[in-house]
Amino acid sequence: MSESQEKSQTLYERIGGEAAVNAAVDIFYRKVLADYRINRFFDNADMEKQVAKQKAFFTMAFGGPNNYTGTDMRTAHAHLVKMGLNDSHFDAVMEHLGATLTELNVPADLIAEAAAIAESTRKDILGK
Amino acid sequence: MQSITIGESTFSCQPDETVLETLLRENVQVPNGCRQGLCQACMMRSLDNPPPVSAQTGLKDTLQKQNYFLACICHPEQDMTVALPNQQDATIEAVIVQKQRLTPDIMRLVVEYQTPFNFFAGQFVNLKRLDGLTRSYSIANIPHPKNSLEFHIRRLPNGQFSSWVHDELALGDRVILSEAQGACHYLPGRAEQPLMLVGTGSGLAPLYGILADALAQGHTGPIHLFHGSRDLNGLYFIDEMRELAEKFANVHYTPCVSGANGDSTHARGRAHDIALSSTESLSGWRVFLCGHPDMVNQTKRMAFMKGASMSDIYADAFHVIQGK
Repeated sequence: MSESQEKSQTLYERIGGEAAVNAAVDIFYRKVLADYRINRFFDNADMEKQVAKQKAFFTMAFGGPNNYTGTDMRTAHAHLVKMGLNDSHFDAVMEHLGATLTELNVPADLIAEAAAIAESTRKDILGK
Repeated sequence: MQSITIGESTFSCQPDETVLETLLRENVQVPNGCRQGLCQACMMRSLDNPPPVSAQTGLKDTLQKQNYFLACICHPEQDMTVALPNQQDATIEAVIVQKQRLTPDIMRLVVEYQTPFNFFAGQFVNLKRLDGLTRSYSIANIPHPKNSLEFHIRRLPNGQFSSWVHDELALGDRVILSEAQGACHYLPGRAEQPLMLVGTGSGLAPLYGILADALAQGHTGPIHLFHGSRDLNGLYFIDEMRELAEKFANVHYTPCVSGANGDSTHARGRAHDIALSSTESLSGWRVFLCGHPDMVNQTKRMAFMKGASMSDIYADAFHVIQGK
């Protein structure tokens, strides 16, 4: 929970901390809901809770304070895997992550760092 | 060591324990899921002091204001008295003082209560008949010196409670109220923000309260109210709303009729379609949606896609309780 305070300039801080996360989530979630390839996975989700979860996702991708565990990610996405969630959908989400950060003028090297962190969750999310 | 009081019981929170961990260790039933502050299943309310701000992460501002928090990420900083949401018993006695038909289906009911309690216009209370039959209704007024509450009660086909209100309930009869609940209400601050209020049927009740609250708190930004019904006689308060719009330059009122019998004094179409197409973008707007669940959920998504931030969308879907 508190490791972010120990390091001097984390990726999370360099990107802009909680304010950046909040800005990113609205843009990102709109992209996801507008994307016919993946929006069916979000159709029945409570939008408020979805936003809270995506804030956690972005905080994690930015290397910020989070409680990410691989097991939780597996459990949370298991019902989506049953609905057919696969690599192509994960790729689409990664695409929106990159586009969102680009839109927010995050420098390319920081986007690459965030993308690498997000990429590391692929196996857990897809239940592999 | 802090203590946690819930109902009649008080427990000690061990060092490093969260409120959820303490309660579960003591075998108190608390719904929970992710245990990392995300799923919001373990949301509770602090009844005495404001909870630690960190335990309110991700909650809507209206819920934060009402001292809701997530038990799984709450390390108490002082003794706390807490309650699960929606577990407040109906205990407040009230007497019916006005009953007025607004439309063939909707009855305006005004009650007066003895024990003062806090509420925001737009929240709802559980209304309990003396034999226990209970339904939730939205509050259509801001706090009143006479301790009165106004409800707009729509008669549902085979609705036990609503039929009783329409057909039998008389002036002077008693009902029991719960405390106010719900997160769809106005909060002061950002007074110049444009507001969009969309409601169908008796969804006007909370919106009428929210509108009154916004005006009472000096909201200066434009306030656009869209009230929809299938047919003309499903609309009500038309004159009152037009008067408000005359009196306050920032209030705009559009009655909408989606069925065939509308006339030139009303917009033709569904209220949310007309509302959403009335503006290019909802970026920076605050949006309130009340009424039919399909309308509310669809419009929530459309308003978000049109630029409203999720944190600026307040919704109250009127779910119908089936059976008893």
